[in-house]
Amino acid sequence: MGFIGDTIESIRSMQVRQVLAQIISLGMIVTSALIIWKGLIVVTGSESPVVVVLSGSMEPGFKRGDILFLHMSKDPIRTGEIVVFNVDGREIPIVHRVIKVHERQESAEVDILTKGDNNFGDDRLLYAHGQLWLQQHHIMGRAVGFLPYVGWVTIIMTEKPIIKYLLIGALGLLVITSKE
Amino acid sequence: MHSFGHRANAVATFAVTILAAMCFAASFSDHFNSPSPTASVKILNINWFQKEANGNDEVSMTLNISADLSSLFTWNTKQVFVFVAAEYETPQNALNQVSLWDGIIPSKEHAKFLIHTTNKYRFIDQGSNLKGKDFNLTMHWHIMPKTGKMFADKIVMTGYRLPEQYR
Repeated sequence: MGFIGDTIESIRSMQVRQVLAQIISLGMIVTSALIIWKGLIVVTGSESPVVVVLSGSMEPGFKRGDILFLHMSKDPIRTGEIVVFNVDGREIPIVHRVIKVHERQESAEVDILTKGDNNFGDDRLLYAHGQLWLQQHHIMGRAVGFLPYVGWVTIIMTEKPIIKYLLIGALGLLVITSKE
Repeated sequence: MHSFGHRANAVATFAVTILAAMCFAASFSDHFNSPSPTASVKILNINWFQKEANGNDEVSMTLNISADLSSLFTWNTKQVFVFVAAEYETPQNALNQVSLWDGIIPSKEHAKFLIHTTNKYRFIDQGSNLKGKDFNLTMHWHIMPKTGKMFADKIVMTGYRLPEQYR
């Protein structure tokens, strides 16, 4: 009886309001991040408004770890633009520059050829087997601006998952143990 | 309120805010630059002009490209990507843009240049429409900043024409 009573007393003595406030605060942080991301998607018209550069194919303009801001508008794609595109069968989008555009007379169809500035040849080797041109539906957005170095956090967490879990664990511990 | 952790957090947050403001100010200052670049492209020779086995026309030509793009550089400019493209219309395509040559200008000192070169990328039509074709050459530049927004523009040069016969 004494043991059970002590346990019940211990539970009752928890700061219920404080715990609830912490949970709500954490939820606010998560949902705010989600709202910002979804808002960015709507404003930019691109399903992936911010991407991290993962390879050196666009050096010296873009290096690994740079963050690119994308925008997808109704304006037609033209040579020289830096576009982000998906290739069928590949998970990660590619950021390269348009070097050729052929736009049809009757329809809005467009054939696009891309190349990385730091690559020797064009991207036909990267496209799906037998594919010679990109079309509009492959394009996810065009790059309009960038920030250097900021994307390294993402790269490190992707390539070293242990660091990601350590970071999340540390943050979780911080939240649990903080008194406010 | 005055613990080490709280103070460290406040300092770090303030530092990141200042850094973001500096990036924004650097990028915004580029809006006040009014560039006045000049460019000229001459076609010195049509090296060869043939119909490929797949039916598409292809041209190889020697270009003389001169430009002064110094005014594009600000203190926030990392590089300028410059390229020359051929633009023309065919019965099948309302617009054809084919990049012929491109280069990266790493600094203001290299921004005034004269280059004598064959086209770096193959000038291939989607079809067989190039005989006697009038086309424009456009020089485009894309300004890559150290941080922030990228700018692009071009100069259109007209009056170019391909031969009536293959050679």
